[in-house]
Amino acid sequence: MASIHGLKPSRAGIRGSRRRALALHASLITGVLLSAFPFYWAVIMSTHTSSEIFSYPPKLLPGTHFLENVRSLFDAIDFFGSMANSLLVATTVTFLVLLFDSLAAFVFAKFAFPGKRLLFGLLMLIFMVPMQLQAIPQFVIMARLGWIGSMTALIVPAAANAFGIFWMRQYMRSAIHDELLDASRIDGANFLRQYWHVALPVVRPGLAFLAIFTFMGQWNDYAWPLIALTDPGNVTLQVALSQLNGTHGTTDYGMVMTGALLALVPLLIVFAIGARQIIGDLGKGAIK
Amino acid sequence: MATVPALEKPPVVVAEIPAVQPRKGLRRYWHLYAAISPFYLLFLAFGLIPVGFSFYLSFHRWDGLGSMEWAGLSQYRYLVGDSDFWQSIATTVVIWALATFPMIFLAMVTAVMLNSAVRLKNAYRVAFFLPSVTSVVAVAIVFGSVFSTNFGLVNALLQAVGLDQVAWLNTPWGIKVAIATLMTWQWTGYNAIIFLAGLQTIPGELYEAARIDGAGPVQTFFRVTLPLLRPTLLFVLVVSTVTGLQSFSEPQVLLQNTANESTFSGGPGHSGRTMVLYFFQQTFDNNDFGYGAAVAWGIFLVVVLFSIINWRLLQRRDEA
Repeated sequence: MASIHGLKPSRAGIRGSRRRALALHASLITGVLLSAFPFYWAVIMSTHTSSEIFSYPPKLLPGTHFLENVRSLFDAIDFFGSMANSLLVATTVTFLVLLFDSLAAFVFAKFAFPGKRLLFGLLMLIFMVPMQLQAIPQFVIMARLGWIGSMTALIVPAAANAFGIFWMRQYMRSAIHDELLDASRIDGANFLRQYWHVALPVVRPGLAFLAIFTFMGQWNDYAWPLIALTDPGNVTLQVALSQLNGTHGTTDYGMVMTGALLALVPLLIVFAIGARQIIGDLGKGAIK
Repeated sequence: MATVPALEKPPVVVAEIPAVQPRKGLRRYWHLYAAISPFYLLFLAFGLIPVGFSFYLSFHRWDGLGSMEWAGLSQYRYLVGDSDFWQSIATTVVIWALATFPMIFLAMVTAVMLNSAVRLKNAYRVAFFLPSVTSVVAVAIVFGSVFSTNFGLVNALLQAVGLDQVAWLNTPWGIKVAIATLMTWQWTGYNAIIFLAGLQTIPGELYEAARIDGAGPVQTFFRVTLPLLRPTLLFVLVVSTVTGLQSFSEPQVLLQNTANESTFSGGPGHSGRTMVLYFFQQTFDNNDFGYGAAVAWGIFLVVVLFSIINWRLLQRRDEA
């Protein structure tokens, strides 16, 4: 029985609280429907031809042209090629970020060394610098290095970030108990062994959160890849999808939406794997 | 992002082993410096030099290929009088306000409801969280269709109830409302989850006490929940400000087809041309890298100013 916060429903109030619970679920379901509606609309669009989409009144039920849309999508762009690029970039970056960020966070959370405050303050400052300040020079540097047009231009600068270090540091401070580290040190474990065998096993939920957000951010990243990937034949999925928009003067919305839906599938798989961890994690109030 | 002040303990030094003869100087800590080095090395290579370079660039004229020409303060002087830039600031702030205030209100209401619903809690959370996972590009295309003037769902609904159609992606306000709606849809659930985490740190006894004192649900919210939620509210507001004032993908994808001149033009009459969109247009359409850098520093200043204003407003209310 649903009740508000810690309140125990009194016997006289049970009927009232049941009605309240009903109203509560009704409004929550309305919210869920609003959240889900664009997904439904995407399915509608992806199963109709463009001329069906642009007819009046708007179509409200799924149509029958999904397979045709898939076919014209695969003709229009190198879907699997660009998906492979996106997978390569997102997976590599996620692994590098998990490694570098958690390693640095472990040091900041659990060790003392000269210059620690200064270095961490610097990290937080960098966290606040907007991306567009860096876009032009980054482009020029990448061009000098010969990385423009290749996935290296996306992977290397993203391999470690202030957000993840900050997040993991906060998480490790409460999750890793000092007694455990002391015990492992007495057993003769060096720094790397402590990191690998003591720290990592207990911070899995925090890592899962970071992994999902990193993968998602990379998968959906658009602005920098749009600038850095200058060869239209060798791009990430989001850039390829944006090429579908108005390539021949008019946009085949059915096809575009089919592409967007198919692009969502790998993300949903990653999300499904990690969602339990995230929700348990946030539910405990690890974020404040 | 999130901090956990309540749980923070002073860091315990486990690296130092007092019994062992200390090695000389900083070399003792080399493995710790090595462990944190990737981030700083990457920043040196791709962050510090770019930031410094863009500052240098803003005092030059450069098309990206030829040689640079010293321009002194002239580009900043031009920026201050550039009515297009001022228009882009106004556009950005209007869209930000249209999106952020409804979003924070809805997110808070959702969080309070989620906090009290016991059944299906996790299913609701996943459902509300889902919009924030999807790509802006796909979402913008869907919203482009929903807000389409002749064939969109919104206008069909308006017509069904006897109202006039609105040329959403063709009028100054229509464009802004469409972009703001998109942002609100995408980030309300995400912020609700963050508010929820904040709510769950409020002890249940406080609600019990409020109930015994005879406070109704509305009174309880304003007297108990809201004051204790202020740190979370500040966090959400500041993050929304920093990201909202730098919006780019939403107007770019939503409006790239509606104007023929440029993919960064921001629609008819440039009504959806945000600051960052204007930066991209100056830099990559006009190949005016020097002026683009000046615009970027202008954006940075606006974002910092707004963040400070937000911070001050919430803090002043704190004191009252």
